[in-house]
Amino acid sequence: MAELLKVGIADYKVSKAPDKIVSYGLGSCIGITLYDSVSKVGGLVHIMLPDSTQARATENLAKFADTGIPLLLKEVLALGAIKSRLVAKLAGGAQMFQFAGTSDIMSIGNRNAQFAKETLQKNSIRIVSEDLGGTYGRTVELDLENGLYKIKTINKGEKTI
Amino acid sequence: MSENMLNLSAMQLDAIREIGNVGAGNSATALSQLINKKIDMDVPSVSVVPLADVPDLVGGPDTMVVGIFLRVYGKAPGSVLFLMPKESAFYLVEHLLGDQKADNGELNEMDQSALMEIGNILAGAYLNSLSYYTKLTLLPSIPAMAVDMAGAILNVVIVQLGQMGDHALVIETQFLSEDDGINGHFFLIPDSGSLQTILNAVGVK
Repeated sequence: MAELLKVGIADYKVSKAPDKIVSYGLGSCIGITLYDSVSKVGGLVHIMLPDSTQARATENLAKFADTGIPLLLKEVLALGAIKSRLVAKLAGGAQMFQFAGTSDIMSIGNRNAQFAKETLQKNSIRIVSEDLGGTYGRTVELDLENGLYKIKTINKGEKTI
Repeated sequence: MSENMLNLSAMQLDAIREIGNVGAGNSATALSQLINKKIDMDVPSVSVVPLADVPDLVGGPDTMVVGIFLRVYGKAPGSVLFLMPKESAFYLVEHLLGDQKADNGELNEMDQSALMEIGNILAGAYLNSLSYYTKLTLLPSIPAMAVDMAGAILNVVIVQLGQMGDHALVIETQFLSEDDGINGHFFLIPDSGSLQTILNAVGVK
């Protein structure tokens, strides 16, 4: 029986085909997936902030790009994925509100994206596709059968990367 | 947020609820005058919720809502968010601008501007009374608006708090107009540290 696993904010899930992993309503947050197409093992982490070294509350590793990605990596490997076969996909990192004079917190989506990519590079994981930025929310769903990453929006339709 | 926030005393909760009550009362009056309808509000709920659960307060992270967001500057910084279903936004625009919305249901630039102004007035009324009781200077930023998934809109507030902790103190009030045309949720979410400032200012230890 295929299950639909839900990932909340600052949360992650790993599993195998035929399961799917979904995360609802990403704004500036980013949903990063890792997937091994041979073992059909993969996972999704929903990070909220870029850098754990800049924050005071750091117990939850899944909250940050720099700690959430290594955590997800460890968990998919433990479930049988092979590192050299892993590929990453990213979605999210929007800027939901436009203010005159963009403050730090408003451009958090960009910084999340940048940190997530750097962390993936540091861990030598190839990024195969991404859907980042914009000014709209996204709901994302990873299909562990084929690694396809479906992105739904309210005003900008639906796509698969 | 800090440890002690999770352990607010009954008296502190009462104080916060009362502040929310007076603030929201002012906002409801302002809204009522704007559209010339009676507005009911419920007693504010004060809750400390895990950040991940905040979107559930408005029907789940992928519920479509109209959100008007303002930052609060001053001695007790925080965020103010007014969330409502699209139908309520149309209702407000109709009553404020007097134009009938077609069913294709898009908010044009004029509508959006009107809604942001409503957000501005509601937040202003709320913060004014909060300033009055606490003697703290609190100033709203210019408003911003989005029509999108509740989770995505709330991200803006949650990110702010996430640096410091994993919980949010949410002071929430629901507004209902007499003919059920408006069903809005008004949120005041203090930044970490601000809550203590507010409690100190009203003399509740």
